[in-house]
Amino acid sequence: MTAPGDRSAAPARKDDSQLRQKRMMAEHYGRLARSPRTGEKNVYTFVPGNLTELVRSFDLLPVLPEINALQSAMRGKSREYISTAEKLGHSEDVCTYVKCDVGMLKSGNVGPTGEPLPNPDLLLLSYTGCFTFMKWFEILRQEYDCPVVMLHVPYQGDGEITDAMRRYVVGQLRDVVIPALEKLSGKRYDEDRLRGMLALSAQAEDDLVWVLKSAAHRPSPIDAYFGGVYYIGPMFTAFRGTPEAADYYRALRREVQERIDQGRGPVTPDGEMSAERFRVVVEGPPNWTHFREFWKMFADEGAVVVASTYTKVGGVFDFGFRHDPSRPLETLAEYCMGCYTNLHLPGRVEMLCRYLEDYSADGLLVNSIKSCNSFSAGQLRILREVERRTGRPAGFIESDLVDPRYFSAANIKNRLESYFQMLAHRRGAA
Amino acid sequence: MRYCVGIDLGSTTTKAVIVGEGGEILGRGITNSRSNYKVACDVALAEALIDARFARVSAELTPAASNEEQRGRLLRGLELRFREQQYRSHLAYFAAAVLRLLDAGGSASHVRAAVEWILERMSAETSTLYAEGGRRKSDFFRDVAGSRYMHLAEEASRERGASFDRMAGLFDKAILEVENRPADPDSFAVHARAAARALGESLPGLGAAVERAAAVPMERNAGVGTGYGRSTLPFPKDRIRSEILCHGLGAHAMFPGTRTVLDIGGQDTKAIQVDSSGIVTSFQMNDRCAAGCGRYLGYIADEMNLGLHELGPMACGARRAVRINSTCTVFAGAELRERLSLGERREDILAGLHRAIILRSMSLLARSGGVFDEFTFTGGVARNPAAVAALDGVVRENYGDLTMNISPDSIYTGALGAALFARRETLRCGSAEAEARA
Repeated sequence: MTAPGDRSAAPARKDDSQLRQKRMMAEHYGRLARSPRTGEKNVYTFVPGNLTELVRSFDLLPVLPEINALQSAMRGKSREYISTAEKLGHSEDVCTYVKCDVGMLKSGNVGPTGEPLPNPDLLLLSYTGCFTFMKWFEILRQEYDCPVVMLHVPYQGDGEITDAMRRYVVGQLRDVVIPALEKLSGKRYDEDRLRGMLALSAQAEDDLVWVLKSAAHRPSPIDAYFGGVYYIGPMFTAFRGTPEAADYYRALRREVQERIDQGRGPVTPDGEMSAERFRVVVEGPPNWTHFREFWKMFADEGAVVVASTYTKVGGVFDFGFRHDPSRPLETLAEYCMGCYTNLHLPGRVEMLCRYLEDYSADGLLVNSIKSCNSFSAGQLRILREVERRTGRPAGFIESDLVDPRYFSAANIKNRLESYFQMLAHRRGAA
Repeated sequence: MRYCVGIDLGSTTTKAVIVGEGGEILGRGITNSRSNYKVACDVALAEALIDARFARVSAELTPAASNEEQRGRLLRGLELRFREQQYRSHLAYFAAAVLRLLDAGGSASHVRAAVEWILERMSAETSTLYAEGGRRKSDFFRDVAGSRYMHLAEEASRERGASFDRMAGLFDKAILEVENRPADPDSFAVHARAAARALGESLPGLGAAVERAAAVPMERNAGVGTGYGRSTLPFPKDRIRSEILCHGLGAHAMFPGTRTVLDIGGQDTKAIQVDSSGIVTSFQMNDRCAAGCGRYLGYIADEMNLGLHELGPMACGARRAVRINSTCTVFAGAELRERLSLGERREDILAGLHRAIILRSMSLLARSGGVFDEFTFTGGVARNPAAVAALDGVVRENYGDLTMNISPDSIYTGALGAALFARRETLRCGSAEAEARA
């Protein structure tokens, strides 16, 4: 989920997919910037439980404030934006995505390409396991005086999706969300069009999952965390259901296949990883203010992330779920309820254990985020349980999403080095 | 004598341990960390080599001494005189630096006179400072000399009208010169000879034993560095280990039954779980905040105008532990002042502060998986009796009865682990470094 034009995260040599995603993102932001003139309408929404196909089926453009916040961080703007939000009375402990977004709004709402983003025409609040989302859009509603539609996605507290839950979400889609989108766009809901887009989503999902699973190879041709959020995942959220996204993932798959055929490792900030020494699974979001530095701390040790949970915030596809064009609203409901943030703790533990097993990982690393209670609550219990079940060592580091004050490079490096040395020492002793 | 060295470059102190070819500890050395890491390492190593030579003196004396007690007394006397000689040497260097700075700065004559008076007093009171049973603020020249210099500077300022700030500024500059002075390889021979002479003929053969110990060739096989400043240590990358692994292995070497290690160092606290071979299985370190680490105690000591070594013994005189709520070092300082103003006893407040840092480390231990038998407490704070007493109580409250290990040499745990890693490397690589030298 990188910024077009961002240099801090740029690897030394870019693959075609990276250049292509950069181009596509730039075009998307350009279109948003021009929308006040072209008359195109937009919908601000969140990554987890996003209804990109549905939004796009009305020819509306999605805007994702979390992505804007992390891009601001990568552009070195978040410190200033957070400070602006704090001056307005937002506490130091509030989610820094929110403060960064509010600060950006108050500073001209300039997006990652340097052009202003349009004000929201509609706030589509997909509530999937993060309580802060509600507060966030409450603030935006006050700031922009625009309509809000809330899609309440029931939490998978028992680890399953029941018919009643499905009906509940479908009912909201039919009775609340679709009418709001119809009103905004002036277009009628076109289910056939939606079906077509969902079919394209399913195709892209097949290729995305293939790419993610390629990390089971040795060496892994991808980094499923840093690369995952940099060029593998973001296209998915903003472009799902479009032919461009389907083409992108088909091309990415070919590119990764080539890497496998040639026995090449993943791209890293300093070029290709020459020797894979450690394979780890990562739980938790990355730090965005020092993304490159953080990634390098792994790459310098020859550590590749073979699976991560943060890349599943926008949807969990690697255990079989695909958007099903034959049941458009039901499938959207299932997608929303299946996002990683909407899973209960045992579900998260199960997923991590499977990743450790399926990807032959040496251990689990948790990056705990200071200002993200939604993600961090329960992480130590998850860590302990995964260790107990798999017998593989877990490590724990702490940083923040977009507040640079909470990234202490020396401390994080120290803990990561200790963790990797522990893996090596244990391996040597085994 | 061939040795492997482990150096633990911590934020407060730099420690060195040297081990022999069989893994036995030959010597330990410690110095205060400073901006010049290389000098800190060299000084710590030089101190460890001095310690090894003292052990050699002890071995040489064995046949001559009538009994163990007599030998022990003699060695302690020898070491005390040695430290006195060492102090005098540093003091002479320091005095020269101060006078040079005075010349360069063009100070007023009354400042110069005051400084000269301070230096003369410091030199004159050295014997008292190193008398049997003499109390020193710490073992490091910076602390011992600093304490005396500042005390005398206050007096000089009061009675002679010289600017205290000017004199304190001179100390700050001159002490850096002393601390950046390279370690002297002949230090043992020079000072031990002088020390033996000072002791006179209290034991026949002492002078000869010192000479034989000084003559033993010490050859380094390999070194491993660890600690917070490890990346700046003059070791290749593959000879640098994280302090987590070193503390785990060091604790295992000292107490083979160890399963959980708590290390409270200057700026971080580590909770480490190890298996029966000393291999780390999991660990947790404080991350976002360093409250509750050794520096916390250092800060409190400064606030109370005490030496770090004096805190624990004073806290042990508490009748009750005052509850200190703050986990922030700076706020704890504010609480301390408030409690003092309310008339609480210093001992009771200090006991509360020690308990506060131990409670903080308990959450880290819980995070790492808990406390398992045997439990080993390491790091500089493990030398503090009040911290040990608080930890003992809280661990037993939470985890029941278990064996708690604390070594008087616990501050060297990381350096010992590093030395043992160095030895392993030597064994594995077939003494590559030694061969290269040959």
